[in-house]
Amino acid sequence: MLLIYCPYCEEERSELEFRHGGDAHIARPTNIADITDEEFAEFFFLRDNPKGLIFERWRHIHGCGRFFNAARDTVSDKFYASYKAGEPKPDLSAVHPATEKTVETYEATEGTAK
Amino acid sequence: MSGANRIAGQGRLTPARTARFTFDGKSYEALEGDTVASALLANGVHLVGRSFKYHRPRGIVSAGPEEPNALIDVARDAARRQPNVRATVQEVFDGMKVTSQNRWPSLTFDVGGLNNLMSPFFAAGFYYKTFMWPKAAWEKVYEPVIRRAAGLGTAPTEEDPDHYANRYATCDVLVVGAGVAGLSAALAAAATGARVILCDEQPEVGGALHYDRSVTVDGKEGFVWAQEAAAKLAAMENVTVLSRTTAFGYYNHNFVGLVERVTDHVARPDRKAPRERLWQVRAKRVILATGAIERHMVFGNNDRPGIMLASAARTYLNHFGVAVGKKVAIYTANDSAYEAAFDLKRAGVQIAAIIDSRSKPGDAVLNEARSHGIEVLPGHSVVDTKGHRRVSSITVVRNGGGGKRSIAVDALLTSAGWTPSVHLFSQSRGKVAYNAETGQFLPGTYAQDCLSVGACNGTNGLQATIEEALAAGELMARATGNDGGEKVELRGENAFEWTGGMAGAAEGAGADTNVKAFIDFQNDVCAKDIRLAVREGMHSIEHIKRFTTNGMATDQGKLSNLHGLAIAAETLGREIPKVGLTTFRAPYTPVTFGTIINHSRGDLFDPARKTPMHAWEEAHGALFEDVGNWKRAWYYPRAGETMQEAVDRECRTVRAVAGVFDASTLGKIEVVGPDAAEFLNLMYTNAWDTLKPGRCRYGIMLREDGFVYDDGVVGRIAEDRFHVTTTTGGAPRVMNHMEDYLQTEFPHLKVWLTSTTEQWAVIAVQGPKAREIIAPLVEGIDISNEAFPHMSVREGKICGVPTRLFRMSFTGEAGYEVNVPADYGQAVWEAIWARAETLGACAYGTETMHVLRAEKGYIIVGQDTDGTVTPFDAGLAWAVSKKKTDFVGIRGLKRPDLVKEGRKQLVGLRTKDPKLVLEEGAQIVADPNQPMPMKMLGHVTSAYWSENCGHSIAFALVEGGHSRTGQTLYVPMPDRTVAVEVTDMVFIDKEGARLNG
Ligand SMILES: [Zn+2]
Repeated sequence: MLLIYCPYCEEERSELEFRHGGDAHIARPTNIADITDEEFAEFFFLRDNPKGLIFERWRHIHGCGRFFNAARDTVSDKFYASYKAGEPKPDLSAVHPATEKTVETYEATEGTAK
Repeated sequence: MSGANRIAGQGRLTPARTARFTFDGKSYEALEGDTVASALLANGVHLVGRSFKYHRPRGIVSAGPEEPNALIDVARDAARRQPNVRATVQEVFDGMKVTSQNRWPSLTFDVGGLNNLMSPFFAAGFYYKTFMWPKAAWEKVYEPVIRRAAGLGTAPTEEDPDHYANRYATCDVLVVGAGVAGLSAALAAAATGARVILCDEQPEVGGALHYDRSVTVDGKEGFVWAQEAAAKLAAMENVTVLSRTTAFGYYNHNFVGLVERVTDHVARPDRKAPRERLWQVRAKRVILATGAIERHMVFGNNDRPGIMLASAARTYLNHFGVAVGKKVAIYTANDSAYEAAFDLKRAGVQIAAIIDSRSKPGDAVLNEARSHGIEVLPGHSVVDTKGHRRVSSITVVRNGGGGKRSIAVDALLTSAGWTPSVHLFSQSRGKVAYNAETGQFLPGTYAQDCLSVGACNGTNGLQATIEEALAAGELMARATGNDGGEKVELRGENAFEWTGGMAGAAEGAGADTNVKAFIDFQNDVCAKDIRLAVREGMHSIEHIKRFTTNGMATDQGKLSNLHGLAIAAETLGREIPKVGLTTFRAPYTPVTFGTIINHSRGDLFDPARKTPMHAWEEAHGALFEDVGNWKRAWYYPRAGETMQEAVDRECRTVRAVAGVFDASTLGKIEVVGPDAAEFLNLMYTNAWDTLKPGRCRYGIMLREDGFVYDDGVVGRIAEDRFHVTTTTGGAPRVMNHMEDYLQTEFPHLKVWLTSTTEQWAVIAVQGPKAREIIAPLVEGIDISNEAFPHMSVREGKICGVPTRLFRMSFTGEAGYEVNVPADYGQAVWEAIWARAETLGACAYGTETMHVLRAEKGYIIVGQDTDGTVTPFDAGLAWAVSKKKTDFVGIRGLKRPDLVKEGRKQLVGLRTKDPKLVLEEGAQIVADPNQPMPMKMLGHVTSAYWSENCGHSIAFALVEGGHSRTGQTLYVPMPDRTVAVEVTDMVFIDKEGARLNG
């Protein structure tokens, strides 16, 4: 069970109090009615699924109720940052090594099935 | 003496304190503090079970949690019974009933033993190969026979009457394991003032000190020192010492699960006490002092009862006072086993020989053995054993060839060395590193704030262990901000340093042999099975594990993993670390379901939400259905009525007179603020800025992808205040959905959201006499049809209490939804009911509500929609604003797949036989005579008998449904094919006259 720092309550609380909210920093286009199908797919469906650092949303649903963002390593589950919604994506290159962008699939790791 | 093999003056149990238990119906005497294993051995019982695959006779291998063989069924009474208990861990209590497992018909005569003779058919991977053909035989022959023969233990059939507790705890330093290392670490950490939890799986602390009598700490016998140290720790305010407590899982961020066995060792437990307690510990730092587990030697027929680990024999002698044999041989590749010979010899047991596979054993142990007059055979191996239900002799050869020699024994102790217990470290996602010098996998890269100390860290030597542990305890405590106290110092001495060890098959069990040299006793995996797996193409250790099932039994390969790995590496011609270790998973040892779920059972499994009128409904004979966590009144049967009769009566009465319905479970959200209308414009497809205060509108909420997410009536109470209702089940997710957009996408809007679901009791009064029922009770609201038309809302009073009165309908009748503060719910309900009853109305439940709404063509989101339905599919295009430039889902609705022809659309269905009610979920086809697989057009989403229509009614999602009106389609059922006609969805009062009456 994760221990998550809520930037509004300013303390670490158990994962039980939170709900995961998917990838962070995906802004809803202000002209959403006018975007192309490809742009909509990019906005709504496509995610990187990185092995390594991910920026994700959490809601302190059984606490203050606020949505916030956090940076977590998907391999170690270590949190590198936790910050309020609307704040810019922090630069973590100094504390966290580069993230592999590739999506891990069977084909990517084992090659094409024969 | 409790048992012929108990040796006077040996062990730490008190001879006068006895307990009786039965094993397979026979009564035995034990001493208090005995495990089932030690008590059985004291009574000369070595044969305790049959193996899983070959049903070979098996005995006790270990004296601890790593035990692979001695699994027993332990019963206190008929209901309090548990299978697959390790006899080496379970303490004896007076009156316990122990039964052996996995044998039929009896332990000593087992028909399944034929499997042993059939073993060529049970080679590794037999699960996947042998029983594949013919296909029909699997179901009728193979599976029943295998199921009869296999399986470990039998599950109890009665409900578990015990209760289980749960506790959350935090600490600065959690120390796992209370041997020399753990105790030292805990002492050092506790001295700083840090909050420490120390846990150990055994009843008493001490770890290896249970058997290793050559150790002294601060001049005291090791075990005595350990008890004193634990007592000192327990007396400190900042320390919690938990015995009989296993750390079974190491999860994220130093979250460690412990299970404390509270009463399983007690003859007559306090019934108020929990049987077991789950501790969910969040530690700032963790120190792992989990020790090491001795490995057995791998050689032909190494699985007979009477063959056990050397350290286990020392535990039985030095702690329990039990000699495991009268004439004992030792087979080892490691110095530590010699000490078993010394201890036994001193206790008067004859040592037949020490066979050491190494040509050069350690000098110190060799000299000591000679001084005891014990014959040592260096450079020799045991290649075979004899004895049916217990080992009777061993065959010894000189390595590299030489004369065979048979030695008569009644017990054989083996040791191939020590495997550090890195299970919890590995669970913490730490990466192990292979130490080629010692042949051990040790903690390498740490992933969490923890340290390993002592044997689990590969640390050899007593003083080195103590110093490492003291340093770690202090370091970890200081890291948590504790810096008080004095430095702890301890001095330990022991007789011998232990060196040596091997992994894999011993001489005589190599690749050129076909002997049964077991590595995994519980799953009957032999050295040759690993080789077979490699030959058949399994090159990854993960594949080899699954193919052979090595390490997949309940002991998770605590003895076998390294052996299997070494044999695989040898066969593959690769280095051990190149082949890799399989990942350790929680739990370390099996944990009962009772502990995991603890209080979450029965009434506490899930909260039951009850409306303010629940008691009245119960008193008036309502049956209830679960909707989410809610208990909702389902229907109100009168004496002698079936459900259908009750629902038919309720349906008739509502349309003829009126009905009263508890709608309190509807989700309710108060949306307040100057930008409330703008916010709702974004959240719903409808336009809200045009809604006047005092009016209501039916709203549809989409997800961004354009699919229907929820629906409900929204009333505008004031310019800046809306009363939003949601579906009963949807309230929390709708609230979350709204908060999400408000906080993250539209934070500029001045809006405040409050969940008010439980603040309002809602009484729906529906039917031609609805107005007459409530009229005398309402104050300050003109409820005439003109002043208060359909889809209006007013604030005023009813029965003297505040109300938000809605004129709305989910039945198609003229009706009201009376919202009152929840505390007044029952009182107002009773006042309304008194009027309703006099006028001939009825109370109705959710079933009638469902029928009535379906008669009117009103959908239920989640029943008639499934997350892939657009408002257009649902026939609700009218509710989607064409003027708005934005709302959630506006772009999703334009996706190519959502606008194309042939989508599944909601339609009404009428069965050609009006009496037939369709089954919800039934599939629909155009041509029932087409060959299979048929083309499915859709499915029935709602279906009821409509008493008011005099025929059955249904909704269905059908491909291109809106253009199929009038078509005949078919619903194939197992017993017949039902012909249906596609209709619109409104079955009653199509023009809506009744609503406005
Ligand atoms: Zn918070």
